[in-house]
Amino acid sequence: MKVMILGATSAIAHETTKCFARDSAELFLVARDEAKVTAVANDLKVRGAKRVATFVLDLSELERHQEMFDSALTTLESIDMLLIAHGTLGDQRLCEQSVAETVQQFNNNCTSVISLLTISANYFEQQRHGCIAVISSVAGDRGRQSNYVYGTSKAAVSSFLQGVRNRLYKAGVCVVTIKPGFVDTPMTAHLKKGPLFASAHSVGEGVYRAMKQGSDIVYLPWFWRPIMLLIRSLPESVFKRLSL
Amino acid sequence: MLSLFNAKTTTRLQSWGHYPQLEPMAVVPVFWLSDLPDLAAFEQPVLPFAYGRSYGDSCLNEGGVSLNVSYLKRFISFDPKEGLLRCEAGMSLADILQVVVPRGWFLPVSPGTKFVSVGGAIANDIHGKNHHKAGTFGCHVTRFEVLRSNGERLLCSPYENRELFCATIGGLGLTGLILWAEFRLKPIVNSFIDIESIRFSSLDEFLQLSADSDLDFEYTVSWVDCLCGGSKLGRGLFMRGNHNRSQEYSARRMPAKLPLVIPFDLPSFTLNTLTVKAFNEVYYHKQLSKVVRRVLSYEPFFYPLDAIEQWNRIYGKRGFLQYQCVVPFDNGGEVMKELLRRISRSGEGSFLAVLKTFGDVPSTGMLSFPQPGITLALDFSYRGKKTLQLCEELDGIVRQSRGRVYPAKDARMSRESFQTYFPQWHEFERSIDPKFSSSFWRRVVPTV
Ligand SMILES: Cc1cc2nc3c(=O)[nH]c(=O)nc-3n(C[C@H](O)[C@H](O)[C@H](O)COP(=O)(O)OP(=O)(O)OC[C@H]3O[C@@H](n4cnc5c(N)ncnc54)[C@H](O)[C@@H]3O)c2cc1C
Ligand SMILES: NC(=O)c1ccc[n+]([C@@H]2O[C@H](COP(=O)([O-])OP(=O)(O)OC[C@H]3O[C@@H](n4cnc5c(N)ncnc54)[C@H](OP(=O)(O)O)[C@@H]3O)[C@@H](O)[C@H]2O)c1
Repeated sequence: MKVMILGATSAIAHETTKCFARDSAELFLVARDEAKVTAVANDLKVRGAKRVATFVLDLSELERHQEMFDSALTTLESIDMLLIAHGTLGDQRLCEQSVAETVQQFNNNCTSVISLLTISANYFEQQRHGCIAVISSVAGDRGRQSNYVYGTSKAAVSSFLQGVRNRLYKAGVCVVTIKPGFVDTPMTAHLKKGPLFASAHSVGEGVYRAMKQGSDIVYLPWFWRPIMLLIRSLPESVFKRLSL
Repeated sequence: MLSLFNAKTTTRLQSWGHYPQLEPMAVVPVFWLSDLPDLAAFEQPVLPFAYGRSYGDSCLNEGGVSLNVSYLKRFISFDPKEGLLRCEAGMSLADILQVVVPRGWFLPVSPGTKFVSVGGAIANDIHGKNHHKAGTFGCHVTRFEVLRSNGERLLCSPYENRELFCATIGGLGLTGLILWAEFRLKPIVNSFIDIESIRFSSLDEFLQLSADSDLDFEYTVSWVDCLCGGSKLGRGLFMRGNHNRSQEYSARRMPAKLPLVIPFDLPSFTLNTLTVKAFNEVYYHKQLSKVVRRVLSYEPFFYPLDAIEQWNRIYGKRGFLQYQCVVPFDNGGEVMKELLRRISRSGEGSFLAVLKTFGDVPSTGMLSFPQPGITLALDFSYRGKKTLQLCEELDGIVRQSRGRVYPAKDARMSRESFQTYFPQWHEFERSIDPKFSSSFWRRVVPTV
């Protein structure tokens, strides 16, 4: 199996990639920090990956997406599975004070993903098999004051994915939207950990299972589905009063 | 519900005994070797914390900074010809086994749980059921890198920075942050163990069995009933094993069992003397014939307790103490009998008591616990003064016999005891990083 991981240094993505390494997959890893992606690549080699190639790129550089994708194809020859995992939580307070920061956060979490999906959807549509998975978030299910810039970008990603899924269904390509709740990773290092936090390991394995099964929309862990159903069903007149 | 959603509940670091409960001022996660915190910038003393499988306060740092290294769990390289493995220090032995066992390799030394990090295995220079053959974990470590608070990263091995190498092995996390380590694995044919369990009715019989088994069996360990005094004193089960070598077993897959989890602290009355006595009675008589031979996969043999995740919660909120000592062979049988007699007389329930002989393979660590002799390990439900007094009494016997108590399992030994057990602490102190300290260390060594 040939697997391409974008944002391969993400703690969740690494856990998922470990599962592919156990299956002796061939891996193409993209991340923006060379030292980190080398550490991840070495780990995956020991864990059984048949081969591991790395590509260093800041994914907010949209103009280099095509070049990166071509390089992956040159290395792997074809791609069976693609996981898009990069993201930043950003500083909501800072965004409220700065348009530039808001746009930058939006671009990093959403525009870059849309660019990557546009390129890869065309590839998979022609190939007529395979799987595209993207890590969105429960935060995209409803805007709330504590992180709505991040939430909005994830909401846009989730909607975009619905469209791509609908389009690629005929081509036999799976499109998986992953919606994790709180996960204990560097992204949430500043938060105190409560009982709702899941480990990167359990969520990463959940992503792997969803990709293998070709699921549509997956909440990880599962209990976020009823929680978000409840959150979404609260009338806005009530919701706006809550401090969430 | 809403407060859950806001994730404001606190993160707590606890040691395995849930006693004592000491809070650090801050917990700082370490995620990448290429992005390390500036230790000098912390005002408080720092101490690494991995999985908290130490029982007492040696992994705790009240009011200080705990460096959470459990995220540093990447493999770096594996040489399948030499069996040399290099990985980050927060890598757990469980993860290592998962990767290396199917390829025909095994840990050189395994403690009683696989949820221990490589850094923790080095910092306590841990021992296993093969101590009489293989020595401690540190004996198999070829190299590691240590981050000191002045920002230096030092490669340590028997050939480079040797003093820091020896001080860091068994160094209780005080000599700096171990970043990664390299150690030697041992080859196996399959993942099964040939096991014999033999019932014994006295301590003398145990010693005889040990002497008879140490040469031909790689792994030995015994369970001893601490509640029975009088003529039943020292009765127990002796288990000995070797790696199975038949090709036939290589093809068999290990049964994948879901672990049983104890999700919360049980009320303390679950574990009183009566329940323990009943448990011990069943355990001892479970085996009808004197000798039983079996072939078992490695997990139930090495890590029987891991089948019940968080079993420590059966002791309830107030937690428990573990007491592990070693006494020299010389007159050791008599000393051990005296210890067992005191314990059985006290009637303090001990759920598990483990007896084993340590061999004479020298430990690399300056402050390592194992020394040739007989080691006893058991748990006491924490009942305040009464429990502390009993342990202090046991300490008196161990001190006199020139034995030692294991810091990794300690929450209470006195300064006097520690300094008697480990007179080399003065020499060790030279290698301590000035920024590092622990609740344990502040307790057993006076600050100047
Ligand atoms: C059920 C059970 C059975 C056990 N059986 C055995 C046994 O058979 N033999 C035995 O010897 N021990 C045994 N132990 C004890 C255990 O092996 C040790 O306490 C071990 O050190 C725990 O490792 P940890 O990763 O949880 O580290 P922690 O408990 O979190 O920390 C232990 C020490 O290591 C230091 N440390 C951790 N990581 C680093 C690092 N990266 N750099 C520097 N210092 C570091 C800490 O500061 C601390 O001093 C057992 C424990 C349990 C719970
Ligand atoms: N953790 C949670 O609670 C949670 C919840 C829901 C959804 N998610 C989503 O899960 C995904 C993975 O996050 P994580 O939790 O695993 O956190 P993480 O370990 O911090 O991973 C995020 C990764 O994205 C990378 N990245 C960010 N911007 C990038 C860019 N422009 N170019 C290249 N790489 C970039 C980061 O690289 P650097 O390391 O170099 O910065 C980092 O490796 C994210 O999309 C996140 O939004 C997380």
